Amino acid sequence: MNAAPLPPIPPITTAADAGLVACPHCRLVCRDIATDTPTLRGRLRCPRCAGRLHPRKVDSLSRTWALLIAAVILYIPANLFPVMETVTLFGTQDDTILSGIAYFWTSGSPELAILIFSVSILVPLLKLATLSALALSIHRRAAGGTHQRARLFRIVEFVGRWSMLDVFVVALMVGLVHFQGLAVIQAGPGAAAFGAVVVLTMLAAHSFDPRMIWDRARRPAPGKHPSGKHPPGKHHG
Amino acid sequence: MTELLVACPECDALHERRELAPGAKARCVRCRAVLYRRSRLELDNQLALVTAAILTYLIANSFPIVDLQIQGRSNSATLVGSVLSLWRDGRELVAVLVFATTLLFPLIDLGAMLSLLLITRRGRPTRAFAPLLRFLLTLRPWGMIEVFMLGIVVSLVKLSNMAQVLPGVALWAFGILTVLMAVILSMDLHALWHVAPRTVASLKAPGRPVHR
Repeated sequence: MNAAPLPPIPPITTAADAGLVACPHCRLVCRDIATDTPTLRGRLRCPRCAGRLHPRKVDSLSRTWALLIAAVILYIPANLFPVMETVTLFGTQDDTILSGIAYFWTSGSPELAILIFSVSILVPLLKLATLSALALSIHRRAAGGTHQRARLFRIVEFVGRWSMLDVFVVALMVGLVHFQGLAVIQAGPGAAAFGAVVVLTMLAAHSFDPRMIWDRARRPAPGKHPSGKHPPGKHHG
Repeated sequence: MTELLVACPECDALHERRELAPGAKARCVRCRAVLYRRSRLELDNQLALVTAAILTYLIANSFPIVDLQIQGRSNSATLVGSVLSLWRDGRELVAVLVFATTLLFPLIDLGAMLSLLLITRRGRPTRAFAPLLRFLLTLRPWGMIEVFMLGIVVSLVKLSNMAQVLPGVALWAFGILTVLMAVILSMDLHALWHVAPRTVASLKAPGRPVHR
């Protein structure tokens, strides 16, 4: 923890400021000769890992939006359709994500109900909302709250995978409860939709380039007219 | 050389690379993102850990996770069995998703990790090193053993209300695997770029490092 890098020398120099580019794959810092020769953009390769060099993720905002919209659309069937179908002697019972949570709540496991509610309902919703808000803030060239936005992004990226919990629970129930004529559990159509929502939101978070939060806060995009107000240039660690 | 510099992966701020003490992390002075870490484990410890994880993985997937008994009938399930059931029921998409995140990707991850560590240990440059490490870096977020472990716990609680549940060997194996994976994932893959034997990547297009 104490072996920190250089003490901050405000204002901070970014790789882009210095005409450098960090390889998106292996993070090697290379000179970005495409800043002088734009035709080379997207064709340079990292000398260490041979991956393509891009100073920022390619089409980050459009990709993030596309994946978010797809996730929002699938979010509806994911919650309306049953994720699990239980066939017993007494008939068939369909469980959506919400009714599964209600079952835990009423059957004496409120902790699990809260856990599953958090990862299956809260996390996907907050993730969609947060990523949309972050993408909007980039469009608006927001200058404030950079630290908060950076932290939000980090949280979203970290918690996203845990939403897969319900899919795994359904998979295990299907594998286990297979007593022909007595009780059989099958996955419902909602399970695939829900799994797709989790994957799409994870991909959306991967497509979002958090460096944009800091880029736009410091200066307008190249080629665009400055918006008039310059954000304070002081950044302390 | 360029390896003296490191750009923050989350805000692009440039930092000078410093040698870290074992177990230490370097954070970005601006956004506090982790820039790089140094593992407490030496190369041989890491190799041992990955080997142990591969063996645990094999055990976890060869034995039933849990045995369920309803009215004198019993049924046990492995992870592979669950995936197959999903597939047979016509939920191919879910089957593929579960198969990839809990079986395929963790196995590839461990296999790639083992190869990379062995290449590093042998100390001779190999062409496969860079592509393999790049591939592993892309794949890593999609292995979800730890989430699956939590899924096992939730399923057990759910089932214990309606039937008798007997934990199987694989349940414990998954528990151990989760812990091993947590340690393995905490090792900074990017550190391998620095200790690995130098490989000259084939340069198809111009692109050169900064020379200082």
